[in-house]
Amino acid sequence: MPTIAAWPKLAEGQEAQGLREAAEKLDSAEGEVVFDFSCVRRIDSNTVRALEEFARSAEEKAVTVVLRNVKVDIYKALTLAKLTSRFSFVS
Amino acid sequence: MITSEAVQEQAPTLPSAESLSTERIAYLEGLVSQASTAAAVFSQFTQEEVDRIVKPMVLAGLEQAQSLARLAVEETRLGVMEDKVIKNMVATEFAYNYIKDKRTVGVIREYPERNLVEIAEPIGVIFSLTPVTNPTSTVLFKCIMAIKTRNAVIFSPHPKAWRCCSEAVRIMYETAVKHGAPEGVFSCLDSHTLNDNAFLMRHKNVALIDATGGPGAVKAAYSSGKPALGVGPGNTPVYLEKSADLKNAIVDIILSKTFDNGTICASEQTVVIDDEIYELALKKFAELGTHICNDKEAALLARTVIDPHTGFMQPLAVGQKAGDIARFVGLQVKPGTKLLIAPIQGVGRKHPLSVEKLFPVLAVYRAKSVEEALKVCIDVNHAGGLGHTAVIFSHNDEIIRKFGEVINAGRIIVNSPGSIGALGAVYNDLVPTFSFGCGTGGGNSTTDNVNIFHYLNIKRLARRTQAHMWFRVPNQIYFNLNAVENVSQFPSRSTVIITNPALERIGHVDLVRRYVSPQTHVHVSVIPDAEPEVNVISQGVETLNFYKADQIIALGGGSVIDAAKIMKLKYESPEADLEELAAPFLDLRKRVVQYPTDKVNRARLIAISTTSGTGSEVTPFAVLTDKARGCKVTLADYSLSPDVAIVDPQFVMSMPKGLTADTGIDCLTHALEAGVSSYASPYTDSNAMQAIRLVFKYLPIAYENPSDEEARSMMHNAACIAAMAFSNASVGVNHALAHAFGARFQVAHGRANALMLPHVMAYNAAVPTKFMPSPYQQGYVAHKKYAAVADLLGLGGASVEEKVNNLIAATERLLDQLGFPKSIAELGINKEEFEKAVPELAKMAFNDPSWRSNPRMPLMSELSELFWKAYQGRGVTKVAPTPQLQTA
Repeated sequence: MPTIAAWPKLAEGQEAQGLREAAEKLDSAEGEVVFDFSCVRRIDSNTVRALEEFARSAEEKAVTVVLRNVKVDIYKALTLAKLTSRFSFVS
Repeated sequence: MITSEAVQEQAPTLPSAESLSTERIAYLEGLVSQASTAAAVFSQFTQEEVDRIVKPMVLAGLEQAQSLARLAVEETRLGVMEDKVIKNMVATEFAYNYIKDKRTVGVIREYPERNLVEIAEPIGVIFSLTPVTNPTSTVLFKCIMAIKTRNAVIFSPHPKAWRCCSEAVRIMYETAVKHGAPEGVFSCLDSHTLNDNAFLMRHKNVALIDATGGPGAVKAAYSSGKPALGVGPGNTPVYLEKSADLKNAIVDIILSKTFDNGTICASEQTVVIDDEIYELALKKFAELGTHICNDKEAALLARTVIDPHTGFMQPLAVGQKAGDIARFVGLQVKPGTKLLIAPIQGVGRKHPLSVEKLFPVLAVYRAKSVEEALKVCIDVNHAGGLGHTAVIFSHNDEIIRKFGEVINAGRIIVNSPGSIGALGAVYNDLVPTFSFGCGTGGGNSTTDNVNIFHYLNIKRLARRTQAHMWFRVPNQIYFNLNAVENVSQFPSRSTVIITNPALERIGHVDLVRRYVSPQTHVHVSVIPDAEPEVNVISQGVETLNFYKADQIIALGGGSVIDAAKIMKLKYESPEADLEELAAPFLDLRKRVVQYPTDKVNRARLIAISTTSGTGSEVTPFAVLTDKARGCKVTLADYSLSPDVAIVDPQFVMSMPKGLTADTGIDCLTHALEAGVSSYASPYTDSNAMQAIRLVFKYLPIAYENPSDEEARSMMHNAACIAAMAFSNASVGVNHALAHAFGARFQVAHGRANALMLPHVMAYNAAVPTKFMPSPYQQGYVAHKKYAAVADLLGLGGASVEEKVNNLIAATERLLDQLGFPKSIAELGINKEEFEKAVPELAKMAFNDPSWRSNPRMPLMSELSELFWKAYQGRGVTKVAPTPQLQTA
């Protein structure tokens, strides 16, 4: 039975850093990780890259990445960056 | 002698990307990846954020205009540094002036009157080729456009202009990022090969190719399969017409053709000069520093600057000074010569200098006439310059317009320099650009000056519009007993009464004549009591012409009134083509064929109805039989509506029972169909409901007791009121079925309607197989409107379905009461004959325009089914519950 690891909310302006710190802990994660985007108003290029890297690492470890409370403009940006298929989204 | 051989163009090439090394592919993939990320991030930016980035970029471009121009000239060895500074400034300052207040994010335009909103969607990643001739200005311009529209760009500069272009990209990129643009929004290939271009042109994450360059690059872009913006090659013809202000024209041509040593592809290539001013023009050219070549010099020049094998200009000459070219060719010219002019005698391969020359060499042609001049300009235009630019100097508006019509060029510059004129915003109000769309003639998708709006996907948000509706009826309707007296109030010198024999015989005509002024000349024209034929109309029009009628009184049923409407139409507008006017239409206001408004005669039409059914006295319809062609011609237009309607029951007191029933049910069908029509409105509903109420109450009385004045009067009113409803809401499937069936089996119209009516009501009240597109209605409401009729009639019922069934049952009882046959079978039509007829009947009914306003769209199979239900008879139809039709 996979466990669900809850991760802290990503802080505005610190998204890429938060994701990279999370990536370091990915080895200990199992099943599913959840990022709360409710404080994130916009993503920049660094965050996109960090998300890509995180998704890659998670895929290698068979961990599902769930993005929670992603605003619609960010969801569209992730769609344009062709990243949405690599995450699950929940409200 | 004019020749117009096409100048051959180089074949497009898009090389294979397979030969790229793994490292190179990784490099290119990296560029696309960072551009994709930047474009994705950029999609979140607001207009204000975008504009905050654009302005400093423009200022940076202006600040670096001179250094970039110098760099461009040093690297490319083309053009004039000072002119390139101007180009860089136009590319920044003028472009900014155009775009600064334009919205390019979110809602960019609103059209409240059309309920339309335009919303911008960025393109994404743009792969941009830039030319050697306008290198830095093109880069500056495209960077500013891209940021304004939230796009990312990968630049591939011409290899001979890589250094200056990459510097321009760097300046723009650093300024943009410094002011908030996403990282990676611009990049520039570190070197340039055709294979790199091929790879990027085909890359799935590149959304658009913007190719400003030679024809090979442009065609490669278009052949990549990606959406592309491309400019085409130019070959600008100039017509120097004799009415031109020569002093200005010569200066404009020289400044334009020598601007940046002629590197702008919109610059003048061949000047066609009217014979009358030819010598003077050349003299003025010479006075202003131009060398005019003699024949021998021109031939030498042509051999040197044009490649004799390809027919194209020699690259070595591009962007060089006139003096240097002259020296290279071996011409003796004065120091400071700005321009070389070579007379040519035609256009095409035999006249090498008639092609595009991106250097200060200009061909001139002496034209003996305007016609010849225009033809030579067309030849130049077609010799490699289609869709690009053309110039005319003239003060003759007619010739300017003609030039605009015959020359295929996206930019036709009038009385100003071609090159700078085409760039826009300097000499005219064209949009500033560094990419000239050349339309299909140049193998491009646009003739526009490429600008920010070509860097956007513009989405249109179209809100449902409240369609305008109408309610049009004759402006005078007189009703109740003795309403005919009102005829006396209409002055007339010459009145023609159209009627039928029976009405004349029973004294109705005399009754009407009594109220026509004694001073009026009255002629009575008696026509057969049948649907009017073409010859009847013709004779009637002759009569109207003979008596110079200013008033027509139509006294009769639908046929007589229809005949009078058509006679009036042909009398007033003899050129009216009835066959053409009968052309089908879907929406009265958008019909292709318009009824004539020019009238040679004018006559008032007073319609006095003698039946209580068709309501022709107020309708805009008329039906004509064309026996010669074996068809009916249905005319519909509000101009056909009578001017005055008189609804006087004394004219219907003698209607026989059968006619009373037939016309009464026709009236009921009009009201019921108008009531549920997709064109129904509160205006038509009120008429339809009132007519239905009157029919249910008074038709049985009028039928049983024909002398009952009140019943007759009310039925006469009901017919008129129902006609006002269907004149504006139209009818439906019932009429389509009845028209087909009545015509095929010679059954009276009212009777045919009666056979179909209960089945059609059940059909319309059920869930449609196909909904009818109807901008006038909110949801499907036919069943509810039938239920409202049932309520009006007090028929009871707890649910909509029950009420509809009660209405159908009440209709069936009414039909029984009036002695209508219950089924088609009862008419004596045998099943085999009917079975054979049904497919054709369904086709006829489907071709009938009546159903176009029906609430549900009939399928052919459903029309056949309805015919069969009518064949089987009444009492079999019940509306199934329709829980899913929970409409307003």
